[in-house]
Amino acid sequence: MPEIVFDGVEKSYGSVRVLPPLDLTLHDGEFTVLVGPSGCGKSTTLRILAGLETLSGGEIYFDGKPISALEPKERDIAMVFQDYALYPHMNIARNMSFALRLAKTPKAEIDAKVQRVADMLNIGHLLARKPAELSGGQRQRVAMGRALVRDAGTFLFDEPLSNLDAKLRGKMRTELAEMRDSIEKNMVYVTHDQVEAMTLGDRIVVMNEGVVQQQGTPEELFKEPRNLFVAGFIGSPSMNFMEGALVDIGGEMHVQGAGFDLPLDATTRTRLDTATDRNVTVGIRPSSFTTDTSGATVELRVIVAEYLGAQSVLVTKLGKTELLVETQSTAPFKSGVTQSFGVNTDEIMLFDRSTGLRL
Amino acid sequence: MKSTLNRLTPYVFFMPAAVIMIIALFYPLLYMIWGSFRRWSPSQQIGETEFVGLRNYISLWNDPNFAESMGVTLKFAVSVVTIEMLLGVGLALLLDRNIRGMSVLRTLFILPMMIAPVVVGLMWRYIYHPTIGTFNRFLDTIGVERVDWLGQNALMSVIIADIWQWTPFIFILSLAALQSLPQSALEASRIDGATGWQQIWHIKIPLMMPVLIVTCLLRLIDAFKVLEVILVMTEGGPGLSTEILALRISRTATEFRELGVAAAMSNYLLILLMLLTAAMFTYTKLQEARANRLRMAVEADD
Repeated sequence: MPEIVFDGVEKSYGSVRVLPPLDLTLHDGEFTVLVGPSGCGKSTTLRILAGLETLSGGEIYFDGKPISALEPKERDIAMVFQDYALYPHMNIARNMSFALRLAKTPKAEIDAKVQRVADMLNIGHLLARKPAELSGGQRQRVAMGRALVRDAGTFLFDEPLSNLDAKLRGKMRTELAEMRDSIEKNMVYVTHDQVEAMTLGDRIVVMNEGVVQQQGTPEELFKEPRNLFVAGFIGSPSMNFMEGALVDIGGEMHVQGAGFDLPLDATTRTRLDTATDRNVTVGIRPSSFTTDTSGATVELRVIVAEYLGAQSVLVTKLGKTELLVETQSTAPFKSGVTQSFGVNTDEIMLFDRSTGLRL
Repeated sequence: MKSTLNRLTPYVFFMPAAVIMIIALFYPLLYMIWGSFRRWSPSQQIGETEFVGLRNYISLWNDPNFAESMGVTLKFAVSVVTIEMLLGVGLALLLDRNIRGMSVLRTLFILPMMIAPVVVGLMWRYIYHPTIGTFNRFLDTIGVERVDWLGQNALMSVIIADIWQWTPFIFILSLAALQSLPQSALEASRIDGATGWQQIWHIKIPLMMPVLIVTCLLRLIDAFKVLEVILVMTEGGPGLSTEILALRISRTATEFRELGVAAAMSNYLLILLMLLTAAMFTYTKLQEARANRLRMAVEADD
């Protein structure tokens, strides 16, 4: 279970640079999630770590030892692929035992290990079947099983749940979370789904265009996003953004924009010392709106009310800006009606318009 | 009335193709089968010939020359297909990678297949020429004794020529099969610790197998029908050493002027090839049935 350090790792295909120099430390025994939109370099990072892609510059260290020259099999890793990558011509038992058989492990030991992992994943009754005879969820388990049987130091997951339907994905996510707690290994998990990232990660690394935007615990990323990208990417439904300007009204700092005028609380105000520009981007999470209109309010026109059960998400308009509002479903909302919503002003986030950095 | 017409529509569209098939395929085929039961010289109309029943077939069965020719054909077909499969698949495994100029190289590799068989025959006849041929001149320069290519070693020589011409066929099909293999399974095997050889042996070859079997059968069917190259190179000689079936059929019809016997011989070959074709179809049918069964099993599970 090594500590993995990326030191200026780069990747280019010809003149196309897909990964600018990347520095990243994955701590021993941690479940690290690399998350970002498609093409952000997260999968490339994982494949370089696995040794499936060569790096164009920099070095990766496992416990201080450089490993970029090592073959995948010499890195003591196991990997779960997005499309499961099972061997179609082998039955499940042989799929799971392939690595052990190559390593010339004694047969009795192989059988015991395969049986143990298969029982753990509830696929014990499928061992004699071929991958084509399994459903998507079962194949997913086999792919996990094949990695677990290896008992490698580091586990890599490349979007392992993205080919499953929503219900199964939720189930597998829970099982993965359980597995994370029971297995003390390094796990590196790549996904584009921020919900997966938030629920699974001990630590999340948010990437965009090959650059690490921010890393931290799920809570840190949600509460203290460093920039617009992280703020918009983490959280569901995602944060609302509006253009606004800072105005001093009678000694009190307000942020104003088309159709809104919100006072800022003391903590936000002290953060603004560094701001040089009065024009900012205002970020308000859908959950920061309330039906309690005793404080600061905004007038929003409800376009659609998406009923989700206990919660509803309202798609509303403020002038031409679309805003999402998350509310309890107890108070029904009619489409087309304009009404007042309260805003928890201490949850407002302000961003520099030119750099996108949080103020 | 209208519904009858509607029902007939598909058959109406089907007719032109059916007529062409009947004229171009079934008519000559039936003519040949009919002719194989008759004593028939080229100067006779088929109506004037004498019906001899199975006599042509029986006499062929007991004809040592026919047996010899059959033996040569089998030897030829089995050796060329075996060697071509090994070489073709081997080359495909070697060249399945992205290096600069690979597309040019691949095109070069499949060139022999595109040359007309008669030209191939002529070319190899010059290469094999006892005194001025490329091979023997080369052997002279390196001081090795000359080889009597088209004499003592005629069958080997035609086998070499066929390998030269048809290995590319297996090469391109194997390469296509290789390149359509699931990449992630290969990557998984690398992570699982497979060396290059182990990947080939445990992953690539088993996954290519369906394509390889069909390729092998196609090539086998083709090898039984080979004619032009050998006709140009050796005319079946010396003796009967390279007289493959197709050549013997053509000589029986033209030189020995026994159309009935030639037809019977063709039918023997046809039966052999039909068995091979049936084997191929059975194989694909089995594969399909298997795939269906698997699908059903999965659906039953869901």
